[in-house]
This record gives sequence, structure tokens and C-alpha cells, in this order.
Amino acid sequence: MAVAEIELARTPKRRGYWAGVLHRVSGDPVAMVCFVVLMALILSAIFASWLPLQDPYKASMIARLKPIGTEGHLLGTDEQGRDMLARLIYGGRLTLLIGLMPVVVAFFIGSALGIVAGYAGGRTNTIIMRTVDVFFAFPSVLLAIAISGALGAGIVNSLVSLSIVFIPPITRVAESVTSGVRSADYIEAARASGGNALTVMRVHVIGNVLGPIFVYASSLTSVCMILAAGLSFLGVGVKPPEPEWGLMLNTLRSAIYMNPWVAALPGLMIFITSLCLNLLSDGLRSAMNVKD
Amino acid sequence: MSQHTAPDQTETLPDTLPDIGGPAQPLVVCRDLKKHFPIHGGILGRQVATVHAVDGVSFEVRKGETLGVVGESGCGKSTTARLLIGLIAPDEGKIIFDGQQLGEEMSLRELRRGIQMVFQDSYASLNPRLTVEDSIAFGPRINGLDDPRGRAREMMNRVGLEPARFAGRYPHEMSGGQRQRVNIARALAMSPRLVVLDEAVSALDKSVEAQVLNLLNDLRRDLGLTYVFISHDLNVVRYISDRVLVMYLGEVVEVGPVDEVYAAQAHPYTASLFAAMPSMDPDHRTTVPPLSGDPPNPIDPPTGCRFHTRCRYAEDVCASAKPLLRPFGDSTEHCAACHIHDPESGHSLAGSGFLPKGTPQ
Amino acid sequence: MFAYVIRRLLLVLPVAFGVSIICFLLVHIAPGDPLTAIMAVDATAEEQAAMRAAYGLDRPLPVQFLFWLGNLFQGDLGNSIATGRPVAGEVWRAVQNSLLLAVTASLIAFPIGLLLGFLAGYFRDSWLDKLVTSIAIAGVSVPNYWLGMVLVIIFAVKLAWLPAMGAGPAGSDGWTFDWLHIRHLILPAITLAVVPIGIVARTVRALVGDIFHMDFVMALYAKGMSNFDVLIHVIRNAAATALSVIGLQMGALLGGSILIETVFNWPGSGMLLSNAIFQRDLPLLQGTILVLAMFFVTANLVVDILQAAIDPRIKRS
Repeated sequence: MAVAEIELARTPKRRGYWAGVLHRVSGDPVAMVCFVVLMALILSAIFASWLPLQDPYKASMIARLKPIGTEGHLLGTDEQGRDMLARLIYGGRLTLLIGLMPVVVAFFIGSALGIVAGYAGGRTNTIIMRTVDVFFAFPSVLLAIAISGALGAGIVNSLVSLSIVFIPPITRVAESVTSGVRSADYIEAARASGGNALTVMRVHVIGNVLGPIFVYASSLTSVCMILAAGLSFLGVGVKPPEPEWGLMLNTLRSAIYMNPWVAALPGLMIFITSLCLNLLSDGLRSAMNVKD
Repeated sequence: MSQHTAPDQTETLPDTLPDIGGPAQPLVVCRDLKKHFPIHGGILGRQVATVHAVDGVSFEVRKGETLGVVGESGCGKSTTARLLIGLIAPDEGKIIFDGQQLGEEMSLRELRRGIQMVFQDSYASLNPRLTVEDSIAFGPRINGLDDPRGRAREMMNRVGLEPARFAGRYPHEMSGGQRQRVNIARALAMSPRLVVLDEAVSALDKSVEAQVLNLLNDLRRDLGLTYVFISHDLNVVRYISDRVLVMYLGEVVEVGPVDEVYAAQAHPYTASLFAAMPSMDPDHRTTVPPLSGDPPNPIDPPTGCRFHTRCRYAEDVCASAKPLLRPFGDSTEHCAACHIHDPESGHSLAGSGFLPKGTPQ
Repeated sequence: MFAYVIRRLLLVLPVAFGVSIICFLLVHIAPGDPLTAIMAVDATAEEQAAMRAAYGLDRPLPVQFLFWLGNLFQGDLGNSIATGRPVAGEVWRAVQNSLLLAVTASLIAFPIGLLLGFLAGYFRDSWLDKLVTSIAIAGVSVPNYWLGMVLVIIFAVKLAWLPAMGAGPAGSDGWTFDWLHIRHLILPAITLAVVPIGIVARTVRALVGDIFHMDFVMALYAKGMSNFDVLIHVIRNAAATALSVIGLQMGALLGGSILIETVFNWPGSGMLLSNAIFQRDLPLLQGTILVLAMFFVTANLVVDILQAAIDPRIKRS
């Protein structure tokens, strides 16, 4: 066929969809810098006990609130004389866990709910989406604090309340993406080939909706980080003496007159992490939005 | 155009449903198909109206023929197509496939083996995340036909796409014509006996359209297929069809062999439709619009003959009594639903052998 | 339009009902007994049962809910366990202070966010766009409670220009619009405004950029329309979406100021909430959250109706 011959001349190097996305993200310098910073934070938090750090729990009455650059305490000490550098690195463990896990949990639950609602339509859709609407009546900060406040402080309670906060928005996005895909001609064609609902969903729907839902969920990680640390900052998250950035920020508030810059350090960590999460999510979004 | 192909000249695709009723039995008979869509509105979202998308449509598709279906947008062509392949269930009416009624002797699953469809939008009808080969092999695979991949490659060969080059491509890496070939291959991979082509070439460039039309003709000849060809392009319908069916507002207004209908249109609507075709002859310019206004709203279709609101021959009887499809002139094949051709209707032109003109005189 | 308003109002009812269920259940998902806080440590089982009966806690949950809902309609949110005073009054005082903060923050955030977003969208890919994009991404990424601390460190601790906390000078018993009070408002309002500035700027930038790339804009230029007139068309098309973002942020400001109020010791609903949490004063927690959520629902409702008034496509669908 003549048309086919001409086409051949400009056949691009072929790769799968996700390989293409990865390729484009890795060509985005901002996203890559953020990725490296995040990996450094995550790895140093995981392997903190192997790093040459001081004991993050060891208090010292004489070494309280040392400024940044003190001999032996590179980033100073907190109000109980504990080494800030060690606490910041160890603090990444809980902060990152509580900041990222709820979005992962909400991604699975919300996607499942939204895909079912979007594909089934009708009554199923109404029940799921009207329930979701109720949760939208709460600003996310308020909902997180309300549930955490009622459940009480604690790591598990924080994980639960933040997961509940992020399920509704992910469900809503998953539902709208799915109902868009559901009405596509290729779904009709697949149904006309005799595919039952489950097969069509597995082969034709899931692959086309997970990408957009994933990008949306990734954009929530930064909010989740800030909220998670915020819960601890309020005192309804992680309990002392665990090192956690939000909690550290809270306990150091009393020190802003004596040693303000040390007091601000945990917040800076939250800021850097959430900035990197946002920029990486933006990079991912534009890498996936390429229409061709 | 091409006449019915004798069965002995064809090879059938593997696993094609067997011919049961013989060549004289129509492949598909539709009786009084109705599909109404509810419209919700008002404060409480109750059903406030109904769209009469397809309202009592009956026709047959004969073995080995191409039935062209024409009509304005919104006349129910596509809904009819979706009813035919079982994508939506009719509210009323029967679909009989080779003597077996859907829902009685035949299951929806079997019907889908027998009838496949090619959609208008070649891009939207292919899953962007699947390679061409996977898209084509999907149907055979889930229906448990053996060697789905081999079938997919064989079908690609048949539609003129070399598997070695195209099998691993994604839809966005192909041209519109190539994608439509993939869609055709996907339909054929199910070894159907009937293929519904819903505006399948309308979105293509003219040169590509001609190539695809020729491909369709070749495939029909070689594989003994039957087509229902939906289009708004009368030239294309004339080129490819054996018979043509004209729809207006969810009803059949005229049906007949393509040459007879093109020679003499019995229904005033068909006449207007044909008059609206651009003419190649500068002496026969279309200077007056053959039809004015839009089709009436299918939510509340006119009483009697649905065309009477736009018909220049309309009389009182047209608004009160619904005309039935009846043979026109000497032909037994050519039928129209118009009071002019019913001597007992009471229309002033009835029984006079009057032929409606497409344009105002 | 009228039918749309009625329909939208009716849609609020099930949501409001759902919100009240969630608020009611908040008390019951809490571990332990809601009365633990006020019960004597050595109370006998009989005393505990009597107390529970007095508060109606011995009845089945749905019955308790109906009673609670009934009281709600009479404006009775119950009594605070810690102070014994009616919750409604406490919440009302606090919400007024929060509203003051939220409205001030809105007045700062929305004009700035809209302007920045519009300029960035109009001058896409210029240095201005890059600057605005950076500001916006920093705005949405910053933990605002930390930003509040940093502002306190700079302007209260280091420069000593503004007070670090409170809603007025010592001994002040209520808000008045004088400099002594207003200087307390500046830092918390700015802090609260940062996130919405980022969100509004990002949204409007994307919106305006997209609209400028639509075919109808090219058609307007093609028929010789002046830059200014084209701009009006673009703004009109962007208005509805921009409005909905603003509305959402407005509601979020009221409910989201909890952390900021804690940082600045601002005596608003957030402070009330955090006190309720620490004293495990569940009726107070419940009442505060209910009132804030209803404010948010109302804000969304108003925005939806305004949006429909601007965008003809909405009320027709």
C-alpha cells in the first residue's frame, strides 16, 4: 500500500507508553534534581542508623539550643540538647511515612471506588459519589484534624485519618476519568467483540485511567506531607519523644527567641520535601500529557 | 454495482458461524425495533421526556449484499447500528439472525460472533495503550478462538498492513487510513458474517476513502461478507451498496435497490436528499435549498407522517395518518412510506403515479 | 436559573445531612467514653451508669442522633464538657475571629493571585511567567504554619515591628478596628494568604494560557479585534472557573486556619478546636467542626450559584 510505504520512512523508535513517560521525565532537569533530593532524604532516613550520627534521643542539659555550626553539632541542638542533624535525618522516617503512605492507601481505595463508580454508572455511581460529596463538605485540614482529634494522637491514627481525607478527591478524579473512558468508541468496540465487563475493564479501562489518577495522586503527596507534619505540630499526630519534623517544629516554638534559626529547621525540611514532591509531580504530569 | 456473489467463489474465514437458512433466507431481519432514551430534568431529576431515537424500524439484510443506510444526522442511523450489534438492547422489536431470534435461539454472545462493527472515528475506536496486534487479537482471545495472534497477523495482511511493520505500533503512530484498516481487521478477526460500517470512511481524506472502499469491496467478494453501510454521503453509498435504506427521524421512509432509488425517488424526503447532492454539471446547479430548516426534535416527533412539517406536498391526511411502507410502482423491491403512493390514502396526488421533486418548482 | 438555584439548594440537603452524621459519629469513633473527662476517677459503676443515662448515652445510636439533630435545629449544640457553657456561644465568638482573619487573608490573596496568574498566563514563557510560576509553586508547597513561625522570627523577634501573637494588646476584650488591633492581624493574615495566592495564581495561569490558545481567540484577532477587546473575551471565559477556585479557597481559609491560629495564638475557631482536642471536650469538637463544615458547604453553594449566573452552560445542563 502506497500510504504504508510513505509512513515507513518516518517510523519513530518505538517504546511502550510508560517507557516513554520515564524517558521524558528523565530529560527534565528540574524533575530530576527533585527526584535526587527526595531519594537522598528517603535513603538517609531509612539507613539513618548506619550513618555516623549521634543518638537522636540523647538529651543533654548543658548542650541545649546550641546554634547552627556548633562544634560536634553541625545543625545545633534542640531544647533538650539533642543533636538536630541526627533528629532531622531520623525525623524523615516518620514524616515521610505518614506523609506518603496515606496517599498510597487512598490511591488504591479511591481508584477502586472511582473506577467501579465510573464504569458501573447508575445506582452504584450515585451511592459512591454522593457519599464522597459529603466528605467534600470538609476542608481537608479540618477533616484530618477532626478525625485525628477524635481518634487521639498516634501514628496509626494519623495514617487512618489522612487516608480518609485523600480517598474522596482521588475517587472523584478516578470516577470522572473512568466515565470519560467508558464512553470511548474503543470500549464499545471491545464490548462488541463479546468482552464481559470485567475483561473490558481489565484490558481496556484500567490501563487508560491509572495514569491520570496516578498523576493526580502524586500531586496530593505534598499536601499530605504538610498535613501530616501539621497534625504532629498540633499535637494530634506523632507523640514525643519520637523525632518527627512537625512535632520538632512544635516543641521548638518556645525557642524562637533564643535560637530562632534552629527552631525553623524542621519546617525547612518539610518545605523542601513538599516542594520537591510538587515539582516532581508537575514534571510527571507534563511528561504524561504529551499528545501524540 | 456488484451483484450477489455466488458462494462457491468465496473462502470463508475460520470459525465463521455456519449458514443455516441457505441463500434465500435473509441474514438479518429486524422487526419493529424501538429504542427510546429517557431525558431527566427538572428539579428532582425525574424523566421529563423521551427521545424517540429509533421508532419502529423494520428491514432485512440479505446474504452477501451491501445495504446502504442514509439519512440526516440524528435520524437514528447509529442507534440502529448499535441495536443491530447488540451494544444497546431494543425496548421493543426482534432481531433475527439467519432464522434465529436474538434472545430465543441465539445469545448475545453468539450474535457478536456473527456481527461486527467498524466505527467512524478511527482514533477513538482504538485503545491508545494497546498495540495494533493486541487490539486485533483481543476479540479472538476472549472468545477462545485458537491462535489469536496468528489471526491478527493474517487479518493485517488481508487489510494491507504488513504485520512485520505494523503489529507493534500504537494507534498514534499511524495515519487515519491505516487506523481504519486496523479497525476493519479487528472486526474481521472475529470471523463475522455481517459487518456494520458506521460512517466508516466519512472521516478519511477522499483519496484514502477510495482505497478503503475498494478494500471493503474486495474483502466482501473474497470472504463472502455482508455489509450494512451507514453513511451520509450518497455518492459513496451508491458506489458500494446493492440496496439503500433511507431513514428520517427514527423511521424508514424508503428502501429499494440502489439503481432504482437513484433513478426515481418515491418519497419526497428522499427526493430532497438527492437534490441536495452537489451536481457535477454546471447546468444543473442547486440554486434553491431542497429542504429548509432542521429536522424536528425527536423528543416530540410530529404526528402522522413525520416528514409532513417540512414536506411541500403535505396535506391534512399527512398530519393525521401514519403512512406505511408499501411497494412503489412496478417494483416489488422498492418501497416507500408516503400517502402519495397509497391510492386509498385520500391525498390529492394519491394513485396518480406522481413522482415528488427534490427542489421547489 | 431559578430552577437551577432550587435544584442546587435541594442538593445541599443530603450533603448537610451527611455532614451532621459524620460530626455526630466523631464523638463515637473516639476511644473511651465521652464522659471520662468529667467523671470522677473513683466513680462506681452505678454512678457511671446514672451519668450516662443523664446524658442520654445509654440509648441506641440512631435515637441519640435524632435527639442531637433535634437540638441542632433549635440552635443547641450541647454544652462544653470542660467549661459547662453552651457550645453554640463559644463557637460563634470564635468563628467571628476566624472570619475576620479569613476575610482579611482573602482580600490579600485573591487580587494578588488573580493578577499574578493572569500576567503569567498572558506572557507565557517570559521571565515574568517563570517568576510567577516559582512564587506559586513555593506558595503551594510551603507549610504555612512554618511560614508563620519564620515571619514571627523575622518581624517580631528580629525586627520587633509587629507583635508575635494574640488578637490585640494585653487586656483587650474584643476586636476593634484600631492600629493596636490591626497590627496583630497583619502577620497571621499574610501567612494565611500565601497558599491561596499560589493556588489561584497556578490555576488562573493555566486557564488564561489555555484560553489564549483556543481557536476562537485566533478568530477574534483575525477579524481585527483590538488586543484589549480580545482580553475582555478571555477574561469572561476564565471568570467562571477562577470564581470556583476562589470560592473553594475561601471556604478552605476558614476551616484551614486552625494551624495558623495555633501559631499566632489567634482566638478563633482553630484555637477552640485545638483546646477541645486537648481537653477531650468532644461536644465542643463536634460543634466547632459542624459549624465550620456548614460554612464551607454554604460557600460552595454560593459559588456554584454565582458560577451558573456567569456561565450559561451550567444552568442549562
